[in-house]
Amino acid sequence: MEVRYDFGGDEYVFVDFDIEMSLEVNFKVLSICQDLEREPIPGVIEVCPGNASYLVHYRPEEIEPDKLVKELRQREHQADRIASISSRMVDIPVLYDDPWTKECARQFGDRHQDPSVTNLEYLMRINGFSDKQEFIHAHSGRPYWISMVGFVPGTAWGYQMVPRSRALQAPKYVRPRTDTPERTVSHGGAFMAIYPVRGPGGYQLIGMTPVPVYEPEGRLVDLRETRILAKAADRWKLRPIDREEFDAIRAAVEAGTYRYRIIEQEFRPAIYFEDPERYLNRLHEEARACSKS
Amino acid sequence: MLKILRPGLQTTIQDAGRFGWYHIGMPPSGAMDQFSFRAGNLLVGNDQGAAALETTFQGPHLEAAAEVTVAVTGAPLELRLNGEPAPMWVALALRAGDRLQCGQVAAGVRSYICVSGGIDVPELLGSRSTYLLGRFGGVGGRAVAAHDLLRVGAPRRNAAELTGRRLDARLLPSFPEAAELRILMGLCSYRLTEESIAQFLNTPWEVSTEADRIGYRIHGAGFQFRDREPPFGAGSDPSNVVDVGYPVGSIQVPGGKEGILLMRDAVTGGGYATIGTVIQCDLDRVAQAAPRARFRFRAVTIQDALRLRAQYKSRLRAVADSLALFDSVGWLGQ
Repeated sequence: MEVRYDFGGDEYVFVDFDIEMSLEVNFKVLSICQDLEREPIPGVIEVCPGNASYLVHYRPEEIEPDKLVKELRQREHQADRIASISSRMVDIPVLYDDPWTKECARQFGDRHQDPSVTNLEYLMRINGFSDKQEFIHAHSGRPYWISMVGFVPGTAWGYQMVPRSRALQAPKYVRPRTDTPERTVSHGGAFMAIYPVRGPGGYQLIGMTPVPVYEPEGRLVDLRETRILAKAADRWKLRPIDREEFDAIRAAVEAGTYRYRIIEQEFRPAIYFEDPERYLNRLHEEARACSKS
Repeated sequence: MLKILRPGLQTTIQDAGRFGWYHIGMPPSGAMDQFSFRAGNLLVGNDQGAAALETTFQGPHLEAAAEVTVAVTGAPLELRLNGEPAPMWVALALRAGDRLQCGQVAAGVRSYICVSGGIDVPELLGSRSTYLLGRFGGVGGRAVAAHDLLRVGAPRRNAAELTGRRLDARLLPSFPEAAELRILMGLCSYRLTEESIAQFLNTPWEVSTEADRIGYRIHGAGFQFRDREPPFGAGSDPSNVVDVGYPVGSIQVPGGKEGILLMRDAVTGGGYATIGTVIQCDLDRVAQAAPRARFRFRAVTIQDALRLRAQYKSRLRAVADSLALFDSVGWLGQ
């Protein structure tokens, strides 16, 4: 598909790569955005990656709109030569099938496709699972590629790194809820998302993480700079935990001593597409070795 | 220091905005009507972007804890200093114990209380602006409340120099019930039929009661979409697209029934089709539009937008120039 450049009023350029979601396109978007961050175009305030597009915010007093588009096109043509993307492996502990989101789902049952079962059971059924552990294994086995960050601070779209045929999918609520607990792990469309703050929402509720993804007070050292956990191009590995570990991590978060497990790595799309499973395992092993040393 | 006696309906600390963090979902925030805000700062001898109070419909009552110079600008409201009527768009000297009372707006929505030296709360990610949804910036991420004590920065110039500076009447903005908004159509407008785009541009739109710093829901003729097979990852509703970034000023059309014009506390991205972006200087007019106000949209080109942007900037320069003239010779003929 031809890349489309369009003006968003007098301060934005919208660059649209595709109308469909795919990792191939998102890798390309993120490599261009990282390139623009490393070697900024003067006059550009910032670059915001989307799932299959990106948005540039600029000052037209400093760079003419047409000239900016010309420079962005050049970066696009150079993008194929970018071999790797900086990508962090982030450990996300998750208590699946937790009491709080089940209670929330009960409360808003009248807005759901099938209030007779939990949201997790509903997801199992429409994705062809009969065993809960098997479903949790599928949901947490492969990491989620953070293809886009935004909406409100800390929201991240996580796209599981599996072939399209294995992607877990879920419709959104028939009518959005007016409430969702903070730190709810949810699924909607082909995306996993964690609610940064309490608020409305329409994704299916399947678990709860003890770790914040947004912390406006900046108490936790790993979130101090931007107050949020997510960065586009992160890989989030969900790790099923039990209630005991959940409570222990909550206590550490409350005390302000919790440290996230984050490993910086270089991600090579070309090697990934050769054999995704093998490459992800290799990165996982490297990350494990890193966190032990 | 300024002491808040009554907070008003929703009074927040705002400055020029918090830029460079849209990519993590943090909107710019900042004063919604930038012209009134910047003119107010110039009146009290500040940089244009110094932090001020932004009021909504009903302003606050304040008490000065020490000598301070203030100017109230933006939407016209009843203003009293120690119970006596006081003018807007004029630098007023307050002594310790003086009370400034802001009433209800007679037109528009948002007024600005600018103080010499600016309001001094900690800068977060480069700005003092309050982002209510994210509980971030300003006073603990919230609107000001009764009994809050707000620190004021060191004034650049003394009260005697500033008192009585006023805005040239020819430079005052107006606050009409109906506004024309200039828009660059595009982004995901390919989702709409040509007739729907023409209808959007040729019919009036009304501001709904859901209109705040995040966005304005507007009601009118509605929208018609082109038929399609939903692309993978977009969602089945005709208004759904694979998630994109939303420019501040963009209009999205969830479900096709209404439009949402995103303002300075925007949600930064999502999966609804956006159909165009209102030019930045016209967002001042949106900021002053109350529920039931009417908009008409006029499509412009990027060249038009740049010309209008330059005109807007020259109006602000004219404010600064007229104040410099006032400082040297006083108002001619007054």
